[in-house]
Amino acid sequence: MTVTEDRTGPELDLEAGFDRTIGADQRVEPRDWMPEAYRKTLIRQIAQHAHSEIIGMQPEGNWILRAPSLRRKAILLAKVQDEAGHGMYLYAAAETLGVDREELTEKLISSKQKYSSIFNYPTLSYADIGVIGWLVDGAAICNQVPLCRCSYGPYARAMVRICKEESFHQRQGFELLLAMVNGTDAQKAMVQESVDRWWWPSLMMFGPPDDDSPNSAQSMAWGIKRHTNDELRQRFVDMSVPQAAALGVTLPDPELVWNEDRKSHDYGEPDWAEFKAVIAGSGPANAQRVAHRRRAHENGAWVREAAQAYADKQAARAREQEVPA
Amino acid sequence: MNVHHTEVEGHAVTDTDGTNAYQSLSETTGHDDPRWAFGTGIVEEAGAEITSPVPDGVDPADLAAYCLMLGDDALVYSHRLSEWVSNAPELEEEVALANTALDLLGQARVLLARSAHLTGGDEDSLAFLRTDAQFRNVGLAELSDDLDFARAVGRMLIFSTWRLALLDRLVGSADPVIAAVAAKGVKELTYHRDYAARWTLRLGDGTDESHARMQAALDALWPYVGELFRTSDEERRLVEAGVAVDPALTREEVDAVLDQVITKATLTRPDKPAIGTIGGRSGRQGVHTEHLGHALAEMQSLARQHPGTTW
Repeated sequence: MTVTEDRTGPELDLEAGFDRTIGADQRVEPRDWMPEAYRKTLIRQIAQHAHSEIIGMQPEGNWILRAPSLRRKAILLAKVQDEAGHGMYLYAAAETLGVDREELTEKLISSKQKYSSIFNYPTLSYADIGVIGWLVDGAAICNQVPLCRCSYGPYARAMVRICKEESFHQRQGFELLLAMVNGTDAQKAMVQESVDRWWWPSLMMFGPPDDDSPNSAQSMAWGIKRHTNDELRQRFVDMSVPQAAALGVTLPDPELVWNEDRKSHDYGEPDWAEFKAVIAGSGPANAQRVAHRRRAHENGAWVREAAQAYADKQAARAREQEVPA
Repeated sequence: MNVHHTEVEGHAVTDTDGTNAYQSLSETTGHDDPRWAFGTGIVEEAGAEITSPVPDGVDPADLAAYCLMLGDDALVYSHRLSEWVSNAPELEEEVALANTALDLLGQARVLLARSAHLTGGDEDSLAFLRTDAQFRNVGLAELSDDLDFARAVGRMLIFSTWRLALLDRLVGSADPVIAAVAAKGVKELTYHRDYAARWTLRLGDGTDESHARMQAALDALWPYVGELFRTSDEERRLVEAGVAVDPALTREEVDAVLDQVITKATLTRPDKPAIGTIGGRSGRQGVHTEHLGHALAEMQSLARQHPGTTW
């Protein structure tokens, strides 16, 4: 937004300016006026995204210590480290809207804010590391690439950097699967079993069907969201089918078939009851994920207090030195 | 520090429409594409090859054992650092601890590959198929932090001060692979030591609680310091050939650095005797604490379930 210096003007003018910015597909910046509902929606979405990066470290971190080769260990460790970095950029983007990381973390560990439901599923074999890269990161990329053009500047810029790294992670995941399907029968079976477990939850990552997604219309009008849930889900299905063929794995959907009229694949209905149950907190790993994050945060309290106390002491010492004798 | 970010930058997909990247997955993902290998560029960068000839007058078995010592210290400690993933007190610490683990894993991979070149196998057979008694790391590397951040900081301070002193002297090693690892490692270890020193100050001179915890951590770690300066037979022979450094000669420097940090952090240098050896043998001779077996059981479990498999 360019011309918002007149902060004393009537709110109507400010709102008109905001609407012009959105209408012209320009960026809203932290110091610009914005409607409270826009700010709240963004905080909720960015926080949820940041939390997803941090909670997402757990299912993948679950295999770092057991990675079957040193190269795979290095790749996985680097990936999980990137996720911590993504969490940092995203919390920083949220901070431009007037909330701090500590406050958001409290909301996460008290389950007042959510994170992507996909991380409430467990990682049960090393193939899951590849499938998370291929399908989960793939779905995340479909969701996130449009966010690089999101109307809120700091979020859009954070997403540009994140999408580049996600894309790299996705290719690494696919490459792991490629190695495994070219390996032993046990490895091939491991990949298929993993795809069977992750396919439907991956489709659910795009959110509820459009006719059951109450917040979508407002988010699209504000330029926070660019495509509907079903549009993105369709795109993901169409891209995944040839990838599955390249891997020689079967996607576990008997209704999945090419529709020549639509030039797209028809596919079955995800189990929305399962989706709602996971969102409501009763997925396979919800309690574990939040308890883990809470434990880490609480175990670190004394460290953060020490860092603060030390910084305060240093500042006080610096002040003492500045005072003339 | 770690190499992956430059690789990420170098090979990141820059399409603004990231869906193209997604569609081209199978075409761009070659099996042997070197971009996928992490932490192996280091020897090439330094112009040394894993297959370089053994320096004159050096027993290849000694050199292989020495590469295992330096490599196992890094590998086993990297494993312990990786236990912090998703458990650190702040996101900045998540990144720093994982980064340190990655740096050490990178060093370990080259050193294990060098050792394997001399004795057979590869980095993975050495990492995943050896028994506890075949590991040559020092005890300090194998202890668990039990998710106590003071222990993590104390161990990193001691380990990185010591390893930096070793690598500093190994830059001129007659073995080109060790020299290359040392040249890169000096930069990495300098950062690790600085990170640990800064946290030692914060914890030592922070709150009463953090001071007590940091002191307790140093007290618990101190018995493992003596082993760091004990010279093995292989090292003694390789010092003469200009390949190895005598760890005993690093003691003065390490003590001076530790004393400086400990004093500035308002802590007290522990006065604890070194843990005993068994018939004169300890980590360098394959005699370990009870902790290593558990770490290896976890690290090796999947690899051992699928013998002869490529991942």
